Amino acid sequence: MKATVYVTIKENVLDPQGVAVQGALHSLGFSEVGKVRIGKYMELTLDTNDRSEAEARVKAMCEKLLANTVVEDYRFELEG
Amino acid sequence: MAQQLTAKEPTAERIAELKIYREFGVSDYEYGLICEFLGRRPNYTEIGVFSVMWSEHCAYKNSKPVLKKFPVSGPRVLMGPGEGAGIVDIGDNQAVVFKIESHNHPSAVEPYQGAATGVGGIIRDIFSMGARPIALLNSLRFGRLENERVRYLFENVVAGIGGYGNCIGIPTVGGEVMFDESYEGNPLVNAMCVGLIDHDKIQRGVAKGVGNPVFYVGPATGRDGIHGATFASVELTEESEEKRTAVQVGDPFMEKLVMEACLEAINAGLILGIQDMGAAGLTCSSSEMAAKAGNGLELYLDEVPQREEGMTPYEMMLSESQERMLFVIEPENEAKVREIFARWGVPCAKVGKVTDDGRLRLFHKGELVADMPVKALVDDCPVYHQRAEEPEYYRAFANVDTTAFEEIVDLTGTLKKVLGSPSVASKEWVYRQYDHMIMTNTAVRPGSDAAVVQVSGTRKALAMTTDGNGRYVYLDPEVGGKIAVAEAARNVVCSGAEPLAITDNLNFGSPEKPEVYWQLVKATDGMAEACRVLGTPVIGGNVSLYNENEKGAIYPTPVIGMVGLVRDLDHITTQEFKAEGDVIVLVGETYAELGGSELQYAVLGKTEGRPPRIDLEVEKRVQDAVLEAIRQGLVASAHDLSEGGLAVALAESCFGRGLGAVVNVETGLRADVALFSESQSRVLLSARPEKADALVALLKEKGVVCSVLGKVEGSDLVVRVNGRDGIAAPVEELRKVWKEAIPCLLKN
Amino acid sequence: MRVAVIIFPGSNCETDCHKAVRETIDQPVDYVWHTSTDLSAYDVIILPGGFSYGDYLRCGAIARFAPVMNEVKRAAEEGRFVLGICNGFQILTEAGLLPGVLLRNRDLKFHCHYTQLEVVNNETPFTRDYAKGEIIDIPINHGEGNYYCDGETLAKLEANGQVVFRYKGENPNGSVNGIAGICNEGRNVVGMMPHPERAISDLLGSSDGKRMFTSVLSAWRERHGAAING
Repeated sequence: MKATVYVTIKENVLDPQGVAVQGALHSLGFSEVGKVRIGKYMELTLDTNDRSEAEARVKAMCEKLLANTVVEDYRFELEG
Repeated sequence: MAQQLTAKEPTAERIAELKIYREFGVSDYEYGLICEFLGRRPNYTEIGVFSVMWSEHCAYKNSKPVLKKFPVSGPRVLMGPGEGAGIVDIGDNQAVVFKIESHNHPSAVEPYQGAATGVGGIIRDIFSMGARPIALLNSLRFGRLENERVRYLFENVVAGIGGYGNCIGIPTVGGEVMFDESYEGNPLVNAMCVGLIDHDKIQRGVAKGVGNPVFYVGPATGRDGIHGATFASVELTEESEEKRTAVQVGDPFMEKLVMEACLEAINAGLILGIQDMGAAGLTCSSSEMAAKAGNGLELYLDEVPQREEGMTPYEMMLSESQERMLFVIEPENEAKVREIFARWGVPCAKVGKVTDDGRLRLFHKGELVADMPVKALVDDCPVYHQRAEEPEYYRAFANVDTTAFEEIVDLTGTLKKVLGSPSVASKEWVYRQYDHMIMTNTAVRPGSDAAVVQVSGTRKALAMTTDGNGRYVYLDPEVGGKIAVAEAARNVVCSGAEPLAITDNLNFGSPEKPEVYWQLVKATDGMAEACRVLGTPVIGGNVSLYNENEKGAIYPTPVIGMVGLVRDLDHITTQEFKAEGDVIVLVGETYAELGGSELQYAVLGKTEGRPPRIDLEVEKRVQDAVLEAIRQGLVASAHDLSEGGLAVALAESCFGRGLGAVVNVETGLRADVALFSESQSRVLLSARPEKADALVALLKEKGVVCSVLGKVEGSDLVVRVNGRDGIAAPVEELRKVWKEAIPCLLKN
Repeated sequence: MRVAVIIFPGSNCETDCHKAVRETIDQPVDYVWHTSTDLSAYDVIILPGGFSYGDYLRCGAIARFAPVMNEVKRAAEEGRFVLGICNGFQILTEAGLLPGVLLRNRDLKFHCHYTQLEVVNNETPFTRDYAKGEIIDIPINHGEGNYYCDGETLAKLEANGQVVFRYKGENPNGSVNGIAGICNEGRNVVGMMPHPERAISDLLGSSDGKRMFTSVLSAWRERHGAAING
């Protein structure tokens, strides 16, 4: 089974990288770009077939390590 | 014996038939020699191995004839060229280990990783000698900052150097950054590392002891950087962008672990011979270790940790995956060695053994897949004596009068222009991104003539600098070569140190061009002469050729890494004026010399004529006199004169503490020439009023020309020439221009 | 007074911390490896700066799970003194021993230079030898020193006197309210981005960091009675 995890910085926290990337896109002529936020994308290969168990465990992984819930949100998808 | 391994790899016959070896940079002539050495045709793996060992980068086949001229020994030299790094005695059973290396081509294609892995590589060279690295320096050259691509390269090279050096915890304490069109498309990134070692811990890269096991430590091998050594030996073109796979990716965290583990194993006396896997990875390290011991080596490639599937022997031997070391131990120490590396979390694998037959034999999947004579790989690459031809431009420049322009009247405005020129301007934007304080020994941080690092636990310190001037070398290679060494020594002397030895990085264009080879021959002549007169042997270095782009070769740019010994912490001297009332003294003589000067470039838009002359005997006298004056406690500040001449040196000396100066220059030259000429062997000193007479007396006694210019006073820089107004501006105003030049150019 | 300097894979300021303790207060100081499960002998625990685990995932995110951190937590709960410097501060926030988080510097650049700090709270064991409001010169050296916590936490920290150091003048990294260092409610755990261990010698630029070490020694002596000598 494969889990893909998306970790993004919380809405109300300043994302200076996102701001810098927005500026760079604008200077390249992509003026239609509004807000940019940068996050992390992770792929986890799981040795299990039990979907609900995987869901519970990946959630725990996110809570404990993969995201810092003080400033980050997370969501994930399972496939396979 | 060895057949081709995969259906993809061409056979030995195909390689000969289609001359595939040419793609690897091997000429028909060299291919013939290789067949002779082997007694048969090489297979794919073998031609791969030969091609990297016989590349310019590994074999110095075009540069050996000129490198032979360097003085490489001296009473303090413990190890000259030939090992990971050179070693110089500093007393008390301690020695300093240092070397400089380039990563020019990778940085042109992928600047962050190119620079980062350059730093990683030079650090490994230092700790492979058993020394703990204590400082990093770098010398960088780019095109003009007005160019967007140049800004991209500049920002990312600096980020890469910081990213790697900061993470591994070695302070980046000094360096230089210079900008000129000549380097557009072919930036120069030279990284230097300095380490400390006790005499009895010195290691060498030798495969000692027949039958002893060979170990590989570090992360798994991947396909990165294959043919990096060959890549360094060719010119950059648009196609080079596609060669991005030849650029390695660095992991400073892993290198930190590898370094700590290796140093621990070395200090426990467990290592017989150790070498880093740099250019040409496993190939170069294994061949050289065997050659230096007069032995042979067998490698069992199945044991090599691999992070990709289905790697062929060719790929494993040529991979330049980073942060890997090769070493030889006695079999009874295996358990202890494994424990150390396991504790540090560093992969460690036994991959071979030392033999006595002088062959490098590779085994894979139970078969012998390559069998080559070590000596042929390491020592028998042909040496080429290229043709040198004095170029037309050099002849033409002999007749150029560098002062043949209308006298500049607005000297203050001109000073601002020169101060705002990126090569002269403050590099604070750069070094603020480098951790220059870690290890808490940095007594003089970036911004002065040389960095000074205390030797922990003693009252000694080491002064260190990187210096070069491509313009001077272009205008007259022999003189430029002398000046490069002289300036480096002068910088170190101004910090209170006795110059010990140098490491050199020769950055030149294609040696197959007669005018470039002429530059190489002449520049090294000059360097060798200066090293002899100043007593600073060359203990190691690097050659980077084929630095060219669409427009042609870069300026010939030898970069000198100089280390000096400060006998006592009290001698440490910095360039900024210290106190109101201090007397300002100019040591040395000023001539009408603007060839290759910053004034000529930034204000007149040219680089022409002959560079300043240099009399090495005078230079030596000046350096000895200044050092003696410092040691006698007579000097408050010392600053060597270089780009921008006297005007810039005065301004820079004011910037440190924001103190002004009022000086008068008596000269027979035109005012603009006197203030911006870049005559050599000059130093700007200041002294407490009560010491000034003694200082001048000492300088005169040492046979050195000097003149009292004026005093540290107020908050303006006032420079009169022959009593008439010249420069007058608040120091703060000048400082602002100097400080903001580079940040402003980057904001665009 | 016994001091432990914890080493994680990738820490690189441990030697400087060790040297600082020896040269400023000359007390027994040990390096302790991240796998250790017993810090009971130590009165002061220092988590030094560096790039533990290469700063992978997030600074300090992996180090906080090291076996030794259970002991650090216990020491904090028992009121023993814990100082997290730079990466150490990051580890303490990831471990939940201090509130908030350290984000990337606002200008996305690494900063190595001296800063001026205001000693906001001189009543922690590490700052009692400073005057309240004193301005000191301490260098910073980080790419992720931008302290952040939500509005509610921030208000609480300020009201409760848990802000220990504040950047005076230019804020180098964008941290909220210019916060450079904070402490826990018990005042025994302090985290700071600047490096006091780099400011113990005028030859190197400043000796204002010395008093952080003399402070904790006098705090410890007071707690244990002057009879116990070192």
